[in-house]
Amino acid sequence: MKINDSGFSRRRFTKTLGSASALTVLGAGGAFGLAGCASTGAAPSAASGTQGRVLVIGGGYGGATAAKYLKKWGGAGVQVTLVERQQHFISCPLSNLVLGGSRRIEDLTLPYSGLAEAGVVVVRDEVLSIDRVTRKVTFVRTPEQSFDRIVLSPGVDLNFSAVQGLDDEAQKTILHAWKAGPQTVALRRQLEAMPDGGVYVLSIPLAPYRCPPGPYERTCQVAHYFKTHKPRSKIVVLDANPDITSKKGLFLQEWNGQYKGMIDYQPNMKVTEVDARNRTAITELGDRIEADVLNIVPPNTSAEIAHRTGLVNANDRWCTVDWVTMESTEAPGIHVLGDATLSAPAMPKSGHMANQHGKAAAAAIVELLNGRTPQPPMMANTCYSFVDDKRVMHVASVHRYDPQKKMIEPVAGAGGVSTAASELEGSYANGWARNIWNDMLT
Amino acid sequence: MTRSRYAAAALSTLLALGGGTSAAAATSATQQAGYLAANCANCHGTDGRSAGGGGMPGLAGLSSAYFIEQMRLFRDGKRQATIMHQIAKGYTEEQVAALAGYFAGQSAAPGGAQGGAARAGAVK
Repeated sequence: MKINDSGFSRRRFTKTLGSASALTVLGAGGAFGLAGCASTGAAPSAASGTQGRVLVIGGGYGGATAAKYLKKWGGAGVQVTLVERQQHFISCPLSNLVLGGSRRIEDLTLPYSGLAEAGVVVVRDEVLSIDRVTRKVTFVRTPEQSFDRIVLSPGVDLNFSAVQGLDDEAQKTILHAWKAGPQTVALRRQLEAMPDGGVYVLSIPLAPYRCPPGPYERTCQVAHYFKTHKPRSKIVVLDANPDITSKKGLFLQEWNGQYKGMIDYQPNMKVTEVDARNRTAITELGDRIEADVLNIVPPNTSAEIAHRTGLVNANDRWCTVDWVTMESTEAPGIHVLGDATLSAPAMPKSGHMANQHGKAAAAAIVELLNGRTPQPPMMANTCYSFVDDKRVMHVASVHRYDPQKKMIEPVAGAGGVSTAASELEGSYANGWARNIWNDMLT
Repeated sequence: MTRSRYAAAALSTLLALGGGTSAAAATSATQQAGYLAANCANCHGTDGRSAGGGGMPGLAGLSSAYFIEQMRLFRDGKRQATIMHQIAKGYTEEQVAALAGYFAGQSAAPGGAQGGAARAGAVK
C-alpha cells in the first residue's frame, strides 16, 4: 500500500471510492457512482483544497497515467473518472514478442483494478460525443455529464480507406495487429499456420505513425520465429518511407547479421491496394507482391472521437496542443495526449511518451484547478526494441519547453541509441515494462 | 527531517531557475519537484520505488549527495551505462538537485523489491 501525506482519512476515502467504482463497473448504483455525490460537496477535500471533476477518456499509456497522477497530485477533492471501452489494458509495447513467440498476450494484459483502488472511478463504456464548449459528454450506457476538464487520450485509428480493397471482408484475413489484442493473437496464428518456405509481407505506412521502431522490431521478431521454426521462409518489408525511420544502423546490424538473407527490405514502396483473394499487396507503382501472410499497417490518424469533436487541425490527421498544459488549441479545457497529438520535433508516438504527456496534463490540471499558472514540463522518452527473444536496443531523448518558440524540443546533446543490442538491455526492458505498468495502473 | 531538506533544495532550484510568476510561487516546492521526478518513474517506478527485477534500480531513499554524484558521473561519461549517460545530459544541475531532494525524501517500498513486484499483478 502507498502511504499518503493525509494518512488515515485519505486511505479510508480511497477505499470508499474503490468500492463505489466496483459497483459502477457492475452497473449498479447509477452513473459514475461517487462522482455524483462529489457535486453535492459531500466529498472531503484534500489538504491542498484542490477541487474539480475531471473525465479521462481512454485507458492506454496516456490516459491511465493521467488518471493515476490526477489522483496522486490532486488529492481527494479531485474526482477522476476514467472511461475505457475495454475491460483490460493490453500493452502495445512488447506485443511484437507475441508474434515472435516469446510472450503470450496474457502476459501483456493487466487489470484496471489498481486504479480503482487508488481512487479513480473506472467506467467501462464508450464516449459518443463531447461538447467542446460546455464539456458535456454523452456515453453509450452512462447518462450524460459535464466536467470541469477533460483529458482525451484516444490513440490512433487506422485509415483503411487509404488501401483500396481492404474492406471489412478483406480485414478478416489481412491483419494490421497495430493495436495489441485479438489482432496480435490472430497474426501469430497465421504465422504458425504458414508452411516453411512461405513469405511474410509487412507494409509500413508513411511516418508519422504509432511506434516508429515498431515495424522494424516486428520484422526482427518474425525473423526470429522463422529462424528457429521455419528457416526456409522469407520476409518482405514494403516501407512507404524512403528509409528505415528509427534505429536504422542497429536494425541493419541484425538484418545483416543473425537474419542475413532472410529479409528483403524495400523502401519507397507505398501499398495502396490489396488483392485479398490472392493475398497480394499492390503498390502505387503497380508492383504486385504475393504473400502467404500479408500484414498491412494502414496510415494512422487521431482516433475518430478527436475528429468528431473538432480537435483535429493538423493535416486532417492530428490534434495540435499547447505543450505546457497539453490542451487542444481548438478547445481549452480539453487536454489531448499521446499518439493523437501533432508530435513536437523529434518526439515519437510511443507509450513511454504518452505516459509523460499524461503527467504533464495531470500537473497542469492540478495547477489550473488551484488557480495557479502551470510551469512548462520536462519530458523524456525511451523506446526499447527486442531484436530476438533476449536482446534489446534503445533510443532515448529528453525534451525541454522553449518559452520563446512555445514548443517542446529535444535537448541538444542528450539522448541517443545503444551501441548494439544486448541481453543487459533486454533485462532493463523487462524492468521498464514492469515499472511503467505499475506507474500507470496502480 | 529529510522532507524539509528536500523542500529547501527544490525551492532554491525554483529561485535559481528564475521562478516565474507570483502565482507559480504558490505551488509548493515539493509539488513542483514531484512533477519533475515523475519523468523518472516510467523506468524507476512511481516516486522512485522500482517494482524490482530486470536490474532497474529504485531511486527512493537514495541520499541526495549520492544521487547528484551519480548523475554527474553519468553526464560526464565516467560511470558506465547503457542509457543513463544519454538521459543525464538532458537535465540542468538545478533540476538534478531538485530530483535528488525529492527521491531522498521518499521511503523505499514496504517489503522492498518483493513488495513492489507483488503490486504488478499479472505482469510476468
